[in-house]
Amino acid sequence: MGDGPPSIWEWIGRNWDTGRVDSISNLLTDHLTMSLVPIVLALVLALPLGLACVRWRWLYQPTSGFMNVVYALPSLPVFMLLISVTGLSQTTVIIPLTFYGMAVLIPAVVDGLNSVPDHVRQSAVAMGFTPLRRLLQVELPIAVPVVLAGMRVVAVSSISLVSVGALIGQGGLGGLFTRAYQNPFMPPVIVGIVLIVALALVADGLLVLAQRLLTPWVRARKGTAS
Amino acid sequence: MITFDSVTKRYPDGTVAVDHLSLEAPTGEITVFVGPSGCGKTTSLRMINRMIDASEGRILLDGEPVQNIDPPTLRRGIGYVIQQAGLFPHRKIVDNVATVPYLLGWDRKKARARAMELLERVGLDPAFAGRYPFQLSGGQQQRVGVARALAADPPVLLMDEPFSAVDPIVRTSLQDELLRLQSELNKTIVFVTHDIDEAIKLGDRVAVLRVGGKLAQLADPKTLLSEPADDFVREFLGHDRGIRRLQFVSTEGLRLRTDLTVTEDAGDSGDGAAEPWLLVVTGDGRPVGWRSGARPAGLEPYGTYVHGRDSMRAALDAALLSPSGCAVAVDGDGKVVGVATREALDAALAEAADG
Repeated sequence: MGDGPPSIWEWIGRNWDTGRVDSISNLLTDHLTMSLVPIVLALVLALPLGLACVRWRWLYQPTSGFMNVVYALPSLPVFMLLISVTGLSQTTVIIPLTFYGMAVLIPAVVDGLNSVPDHVRQSAVAMGFTPLRRLLQVELPIAVPVVLAGMRVVAVSSISLVSVGALIGQGGLGGLFTRAYQNPFMPPVIVGIVLIVALALVADGLLVLAQRLLTPWVRARKGTAS
Repeated sequence: MITFDSVTKRYPDGTVAVDHLSLEAPTGEITVFVGPSGCGKTTSLRMINRMIDASEGRILLDGEPVQNIDPPTLRRGIGYVIQQAGLFPHRKIVDNVATVPYLLGWDRKKARARAMELLERVGLDPAFAGRYPFQLSGGQQQRVGVARALAADPPVLLMDEPFSAVDPIVRTSLQDELLRLQSELNKTIVFVTHDIDEAIKLGDRVAVLRVGGKLAQLADPKTLLSEPADDFVREFLGHDRGIRRLQFVSTEGLRLRTDLTVTEDAGDSGDGAAEPWLLVVTGDGRPVGWRSGARPAGLEPYGTYVHGRDSMRAALDAALLSPSGCAVAVDGDGKVVGVATREALDAALAEAADG
């Protein structure tokens, strides 16, 4: 067709859905899977662990210490270690990202539950709530704003971190960046960055929306304060 | 009736918070636990609904030991009001009030209807129902707290310093409101406070506790003021014990004079021209002011009390408000029924001091 290199739009059109594994739409799907699964897993695991840390306070220091160490590990050597167990699969990316998410969410769950004022907890006991019902109907709902704030951090960092997986061939949209090494051709890099940022913004926006719907009592408070 | 039968609370470190407490909180009355901090009044209260379990002794609720009742079931049958109201920030006012009905498994519609009824009962605008607790003032939150405690119509109400975090004016109105509610509902109320004036105002019976959780005296407010059991109680009651006791002395026996009034339209030359002070009243019997024999031109201020309903304290206060030194006795409609002179007040005060 043309003589020079294709424009960015031509490049997108040609590579959007080629049916090959490295088509843009495939990379986007992979990227979503590898970032959303860790977010959900991290929340599901952080809830019971956070509850345990509030119930047995001595657990919190060692748990958060361990999670901080995990958080400090560079992802690349972690991938290398995991490859021997899980191979060059998406699981190899999902596992460390889940741990990173937990490192943020466990303290969020603990702080959230600690944010329940003592007189509120006391009055729940005095009204005749059973411990389980008190947790589900009073303490967890009051912890939601703090937990959701942690979720926003986790969502954005997960979406951005997935691209590192490109180094083991599982980076979702990160795959678009590795090509630039071989061939200084910019359109894939730009498309990758724009899509990753867009994904992060959409995820963050959805969480803000969830926050407004789930905790109208917090939104109203801010409205009055301003 | 709530019965404390030699109840002791001892903590693992050996601290004794409540020491062999025995007393009864009669059905339909307000029993106030009052004392300085560390006297175990809140601990005693919380042992009733088993938020704290007694180490020794028994607490009986209409004869049934509370230790035999599963705590959540026990607590759903006992209303509880605490200092900061303890409202659930994530629930609307109506749902806060309906908390115990929900726990008891009432359907949503019935529970909310009941909650609306109670909001009205405690003097809150139904418009508050859809708001969240932070949108209400401290006094309003406390009213919601009382409504919530009453929602399932429990026979017993426990109140732990419920009015101590609000300003004095709001506190007075909440206290009056509680007395009004109690006159309609006749709950068995145990009320904890560190404020002796609040105890005397609200209590049918007042239990004064001393540090270490020992009962110093249990008596009705009048007896407490006139016959404190020991120096601790006397000191705790503070100043003005004599004056404050007058609020429990009726004005019914106060002798009134009816020959000291003149109607404002009548001429100056009344029958009582020899009297130094005459009370001028309107044609329909309302007070206007005192006319002094020394200064017939102007009128001096007057003080009134409702005869037979207000206490001797109010009558004395009314007398002190006027240079005449006399209190104007009025009926419920504000019409003058007579005048209590210094002599009459003196006689009544002397009688009050005797008995």
